[in-house]
Amino acid sequence: MRIGVVTFPGSCDDRDARQAVAVLGAEPVALWHGDADLAGVDAVVLPGGFSHGDYLRTGAIARFSPVMGAIRDFAGRGGPVLGVCNGFQVLCEAHLLPGALTRNAGLRFVARPQHIRVEAGSVWTAGVAPGTVLAIPIKHGEGRYVHPAPDELAAAGQVLARYCAPDGTVDDAANPNGSVANIAGVTNREGNVAGLMPHPEHAVEALLGSTDGRRILGAALASVTA
Amino acid sequence: MGPVSVARVHIDVMLKDEILDPQGQAIERALPSLGFTGVREVRVGKHIVVDIDDADDLDRRVEAMADRLLANPVIERFSYRVE
Repeated sequence: MRIGVVTFPGSCDDRDARQAVAVLGAEPVALWHGDADLAGVDAVVLPGGFSHGDYLRTGAIARFSPVMGAIRDFAGRGGPVLGVCNGFQVLCEAHLLPGALTRNAGLRFVARPQHIRVEAGSVWTAGVAPGTVLAIPIKHGEGRYVHPAPDELAAAGQVLARYCAPDGTVDDAANPNGSVANIAGVTNREGNVAGLMPHPEHAVEALLGSTDGRRILGAALASVTA
Repeated sequence: MGPVSVARVHIDVMLKDEILDPQGQAIERALPSLGFTGVREVRVGKHIVVDIDDADDLDRRVEAMADRLLANPVIERFSYRVE
């Protein structure tokens, strides 16, 4: 089980992502944005950070990296791809995921523990029942998810998770950035490409406050291995 | 062969009207505190200047680069003028 983690110039969570993969018992494979192939990995994670300085728009330049051509092909064949934070932004810019991520409604960079409610099944949440509340940290300045028809997205099973209170209540008070319908993560229509604003790779050790990130990353490993 | 003519293109990229613009709102709230009354709405966008070899297909090239990179059509619209 080999999971590729792409490093773009300006990525900063790539090491944590590789560490999380290792904690879960899989083999992390470092991929470089200039690579035109994925070294035969079984799944790909696009990590958080500030690729290419977030110039123009977050993810706008990274989208044209050579590795993104390989990821587009891999995703087209059903390969599991997860974008976290900046990786989510890159996947939206690449039109591999619907919608876009914009400046937080409060204009402030938000870094804090956050609860999310898992909504839909995808390879990345396989085995996590819809309605499950997970504690996963967030840290972003441009995480306000925008989509013209969030209800249609939900009806199609493409809403992966929503920001919520600790008891699972989804309301404005639990929305850290003004995302439409509290959406914290989405998938493509097929479910193999997923984007998540919260950081599961920062929540795999009890020392760091939560191990709920294992449930997302671990589910993917289990389903890919199966 | 004569020198290549270079066009200066000014491209404006704005968030679509239906997309919340918190930067614009912050400015909108700041202006009255400086005594500027009567401000109804403020929207913030990007102004991009591109110097590019001129040719008959200039419009097509500018629209393609704006559509593919300079603006994200999911949330933004663009307009441009050639100087």
